[in-house]
Amino acid sequence: MLFKNLSPTQIRWLKLSLFLLATLPFLRLVIATFTDQLGANPVEFITRNTGDWTLYMLCIALAVTPLRKLTGWNWLVKLRRMLGLFAFFYVALHFLTFLWFDHAFDVAEMWKDVLKRPFITVGFSAFVLLIPLAVTSTNAMVRLMGGKRWQWLHRLIYLIVPLGVLHFWWMKAAKNNLLQPMLFALLVAALLGMRIYWWRRGAVRQTAIRTA
Amino acid sequence: KLVGKANPAFLSTEKPTSYKDATTYNNYYEFGTDKADPATNASTLKPRPWTVAIEGEVKKPMVLDLDTLLKLAPLEERVYRLRCVEGWSMVIPWVGYSLSALIKKVEPNSNAKYIEFITLADKTRMSGLGSPVLEWPYVEGLRLDEANHPLALLSFGMYGEVLPNQNGAPVRVVVPWKYGFKSAKSIVKIRFTSEQPRTAWNIAAPSEYGFYSNVNPEVDHPRWSQSSERRIGEDGLFARKRKTLMYNGYSDVASLYKGMDLKKFF
Repeated sequence: MLFKNLSPTQIRWLKLSLFLLATLPFLRLVIATFTDQLGANPVEFITRNTGDWTLYMLCIALAVTPLRKLTGWNWLVKLRRMLGLFAFFYVALHFLTFLWFDHAFDVAEMWKDVLKRPFITVGFSAFVLLIPLAVTSTNAMVRLMGGKRWQWLHRLIYLIVPLGVLHFWWMKAAKNNLLQPMLFALLVAALLGMRIYWWRRGAVRQTAIRTA
Repeated sequence: KLVGKANPAFLSTEKPTSYKDATTYNNYYEFGTDKADPATNASTLKPRPWTVAIEGEVKKPMVLDLDTLLKLAPLEERVYRLRCVEGWSMVIPWVGYSLSALIKKVEPNSNAKYIEFITLADKTRMSGLGSPVLEWPYVEGLRLDEANHPLALLSFGMYGEVLPNQNGAPVRVVVPWKYGFKSAKSIVKIRFTSEQPRTAWNIAAPSEYGFYSNVNPEVDHPRWSQSSERRIGEDGLFARKRKTLMYNGYSDVASLYKGMDLKKFF
């Protein structure tokens, strides 16, 4: 099959390109900020933009395994860490916008918001849960934790992404405008649904082997 | 061009929001839910010819065309703060006259307790009407004594020009002590009623948008605080948001709500 095996050099180039590509939304924000292109409400623009890109990155990262299984391109998995870290990068910017531009670093005020508004509670939880995943993303951490435990920790992503979508959903519910969050929900449901399907088929096959 | 004589009673020392921000950052769902949508899509509105039908509990129901409406009372320029329920604000120089002038002309009868504004809902002119976000037409309302308050403005222009389509051309109300969505745009019918009208956002989310919707920093929206606001075009990225004022700073309306529990009648 085409592209089934890539050389280490090709992987390196692929990673570099992906890095540059994933940095573009951030560069665009920076340029827009300094050229006064953020529209009438810059804080709102930055908040929405970084939130959007967090969800895009999370969905792309979640798509790696299904794509790998469907195409047989096993090298895709080598891109996953970077995608996950970019999701964390954009959610950190998203949170920083909230803390800095929205609350001027008034942590007490921020906490009131986090506790009182369910959509923020949910978004904040998703952000906090993503921190250990970012922290343990290095090879050294995988070795230190052991593959099994590391994998269990990183399955938190199956909770984090739906929380992120819920955050977006409840935010948009204010405007009674649920088209975008519905699309995200469908996409994430499909990405997780495929895993459940493969996992169940795998389990059936295992039983079949054992009973044979 | 639509020039009003500056009314010294309603001038503000605050700097008006730039015309560009005031005409490109709008909530007008009939033209899309994104705030940039109305400026892009509202060119199809066709604000002329236009008539406003006045009916219900009045002694003189009538249909007025725009030119008659414009001549009903001398046009004034008034600079009002506009506070959106979403937590941002602008300062806008409107052109119009007190809504009470129109109310007086049609002579409400003794049953009239409320006034209902029915706005345009025309699929051929409004690209956002296919969306199920709100019930169309967009309907808003006021208690009659609120509508008669001198601050309540029937507006035809802003910044010395006729209203741009996205700002509610050709005729709208401006109720500066209430959240912006109370100020109905592109009005085609005004009905006087004895019962409190059902209003668009109140139908869509009754626990979030009350009939009164007075600007009130002490009563939060269920999903965000109303204690502060960001002034569009002025409060930059690094500026703190400014405190929201009770009744958006128009404290002389307080007498309208004497004895009312504003948490209950939010």
